[in-house]
Amino acid sequence: MMEWETVIGLEIHAQLATKSKIFSGSATAYGAPPNAQANLVDLGYPGVLPVLNREAVRMAVKFGLAIEAEVARRSVFARKNYFYPDLPKGYQISQYELPVVAKGHLDIVLEDGTHKRIGITRAHLEEDAGKSLHEGLPGLTGIDLNRAGTPLLEIVSEPDLRSAKEAVAYMKKVHTLVRYLEICDGNMQEGSFRCDANVSVRRRGAEKFGTRAEIKNLNSFRFVEKAINHEVARQIELLESGGQVVQETRLYDPDRGETRSMRSKEEANDYRYFPDPDLLPLELDEAFIAGVRGELPELPDQKAARFASQYGLSAYDAGVLTASRELGDFYEAVVREVPAEAKLAANWVMGDLAARLNAENLEITGSRLSPIRLAGLLMRLADGTISGKIAKDLFELMWTTGRDADALIGEKGLRQITDTGAIERAIEEVMAKNPGQLADYRAGKDRLLGFFVGQVMKATGGKANPAQLNELLKKKLAG
Amino acid sequence: MSLHRRTIAELARGLRAKEYSSVELTQSLLARIAAAQPALNAFITVTGEEALAAAVAADRRLATGDAGPLTGLPIAHKDIFCTEGVLTTCGSRMLGNFRAPYDATVVAKLRAAGTVMLGKTNMDEFAMGSSNETSFFGAVKNPWNPRRVPGGSSGGSAAAVAARLVPGASATDTGGSIRQPAALCGVTGLKPTYGRVSRYGMIAFASSLDQAGTLTASAEDAALLLTAMSGFDPLDSTSVDLPVPDYTAVLERPLTGLRVGLLKEFFDKGLQRDVEEPLRAALAVYGKLGARLTEVSLPNLPLSVPTYYVVAPAECSSNLARFDGVRFGHRCEDPRDLTDLYERSRGEGFGAEVKRRIMTGTYVLSAGYYDAYYLKAQRVRQLIAGDFTRAFTQVDVLVGPTTPTPAFELGAKTADPVTMYLNDIYTIGANLAGLPAMSIPCGFADGLPVGLQLIGPHFAEERLLNAAHLYQRETDWHRRMPGAYA
Repeated sequence: MMEWETVIGLEIHAQLATKSKIFSGSATAYGAPPNAQANLVDLGYPGVLPVLNREAVRMAVKFGLAIEAEVARRSVFARKNYFYPDLPKGYQISQYELPVVAKGHLDIVLEDGTHKRIGITRAHLEEDAGKSLHEGLPGLTGIDLNRAGTPLLEIVSEPDLRSAKEAVAYMKKVHTLVRYLEICDGNMQEGSFRCDANVSVRRRGAEKFGTRAEIKNLNSFRFVEKAINHEVARQIELLESGGQVVQETRLYDPDRGETRSMRSKEEANDYRYFPDPDLLPLELDEAFIAGVRGELPELPDQKAARFASQYGLSAYDAGVLTASRELGDFYEAVVREVPAEAKLAANWVMGDLAARLNAENLEITGSRLSPIRLAGLLMRLADGTISGKIAKDLFELMWTTGRDADALIGEKGLRQITDTGAIERAIEEVMAKNPGQLADYRAGKDRLLGFFVGQVMKATGGKANPAQLNELLKKKLAG
Repeated sequence: MSLHRRTIAELARGLRAKEYSSVELTQSLLARIAAAQPALNAFITVTGEEALAAAVAADRRLATGDAGPLTGLPIAHKDIFCTEGVLTTCGSRMLGNFRAPYDATVVAKLRAAGTVMLGKTNMDEFAMGSSNETSFFGAVKNPWNPRRVPGGSSGGSAAAVAARLVPGASATDTGGSIRQPAALCGVTGLKPTYGRVSRYGMIAFASSLDQAGTLTASAEDAALLLTAMSGFDPLDSTSVDLPVPDYTAVLERPLTGLRVGLLKEFFDKGLQRDVEEPLRAALAVYGKLGARLTEVSLPNLPLSVPTYYVVAPAECSSNLARFDGVRFGHRCEDPRDLTDLYERSRGEGFGAEVKRRIMTGTYVLSAGYYDAYYLKAQRVRQLIAGDFTRAFTQVDVLVGPTTPTPAFELGAKTADPVTMYLNDIYTIGANLAGLPAMSIPCGFADGLPVGLQLIGPHFAEERLLNAAHLYQRETDWHRRMPGAYA
């Protein structure tokens, strides 16, 4: 394995969050009955013509500016010709020689914490195809053209990725970015964000790339990782046994965890690209581009850097908390309430809250605890009213009841015991009840300290201040 | 005088003066269409009932004074324009069953102007042809001589106007499809500047060349129809957002000092001698009208035909991919699988000339040939356009023949596509450069009409119509009618 190097490039398809299609006025909403959102233009009727949706252009430019790319003042729509029933016109309108966005980049963080810059060759606008349906139609093929004409931004990376993990990190980074920019809903189940992976291997140190295979239509981060790992292993095995990789398109089968050949280079279509004579070249003026630049939000990397410096967070924590705009907003709303506890807030948002959301399959926007409620809990934890242990229980209680921290602390008597006398009394009771363990401890069984801590905590309903308890217990046990 | 002999301008005056109703006019022309159909085959569909209903509505508007210049005026549309609820075949078996679910912008605009559609005219299949012989619905005959072709692809519209079955008809011109049949049938044909008239709803042949225009008896009539048809259309990104003038307003402007350029390359040895004579006579008329004649050379113009026969088929090969038997149009019986569905539906639905151009176009766009053919043709196209731009710094209008010969015999050129293609040798240049151009009748050769072609700079329709109209004031060639239909 060590002598092989993996080379990956991704082509990500992000469905742009426009209300209508890229070349027609049909709606783009997901889940409508088949062909309910396909008008004559989408159906490719004789005589109809495409009209470009300016909103899609605005979104593509927004992406281009966010990845510090060149935004083309003049780009050209081209026809990609091939026959398929879900492609009504017999060609897809795309961009070929002159894309709207070229030469950008994104930085990813590797496992060892170092940053790596991934080149983005281009991003171009194109229309999606429809869908062929087979279920419930024995011996027949149904065509649903609701998706036909949906605007896509195809984001093509340089072959800069060197492992499946890097590929996933990059894809996540793009995913985060397009949602920050509000140009794509990022919904992978509905196919709004998917990718094709170009994978090859070469001997370490070799200059030339190996022959690549293209794995089509990967619609989850997990599948991207698995498919690439499988494909890399397949190619290495093939090469080591004296075989050759053939340039081909492969499909990933998630049930079997493997890729299989779809068509070879020889069977590949000659798409006969040429400029679409129905659409004028897309000309963008400086004022338009400046206008879009003015709409750019704080970008993920900028936000992460600010979080690190403003809140004293590690780069890793800042990265996690800025993974989505909503998560960053939630975190900052908590910190606004407890400005002195930014680090504590980070731990809770990334810890207990994240775990709870994850367990219930919720996004941060679906949290049952508002930032203000969570801040209320953190305030009581910080001022010593409750112990860390109690805080965890209180969090669960707040999550299920929806009530605020102070009310529950008062009602359930969760205030921690810091009165030395009270804690000492509890210790003495426990010692009196457990003479055997006390003797063993005193005979040198230090490990029994934990037993005594547990017993005292139990006796105080978990409310004893842990630091005080430890100190007092040791003193008492020593006799 | 019988109604059919009148021009659009004259009929419009008569309608407003209540000399006759739109219903009477419509009925009389429908009768002429029915009588001429067996001999000429100019129509694919006649919409008599709808026409009478529209005429009734027009008469109501005329009665209340709520009428425009074209209200109640019967016209025909080339069957390339989508017409809501009416068969729209494009001259092809592929669309033999296709009722368009919407109106083309041209149709909608002329409908809104109050015109009454009498039917859809015959044409070469998908507008690919110069003789109307490629129509799935049979060839159209030339009203001047039924053994001769009417020209193409708008042969049905040209023959219908020549035989005075309708006073005017819409048409389209990709490489000469308005001007060549106008010349061969002795009528006035106008191809506007590319982008002047919306292409929405006009079934595409070659999108960068296609342009809708008119076939009428006179330049004045062309001006009336163009005023109603043209304008920016938000549904067509290639239509141009320029105000539409009243094209009739400047028809009478004197031509004194007009710089007229004779296209040197068009007066070549390919031009038939007896066609040249009426042309020279026409130029003398322009001299008398005060125009200054000079000779102009466009050295790259002879490359027009090969350039066109790369660009147009390339675009057509892609434009016609949507006819796949899946959503509309012809579908073969019992397809075995998807490939069979495609192959047989398209194999059965398209005729030989369409297939030839799809194959040529597919070839010139293929990997390895794109640069040598398509890209090179686009460069030559730029050179030709540049020739015109330079010429228009020296002259205001270019003139020359529309066709090298008058109407040829049916079947004479069907065996040799290249000979057929050369019929458009004088018309293609204006399409490649996107320029407005007209053909007007200027005499006869061996009893068959001869056309004079006028080409102007972009959006100089007013100048062309003005020059054509004043010529028609001096001459009566445009008033001549074939004996059988006078």
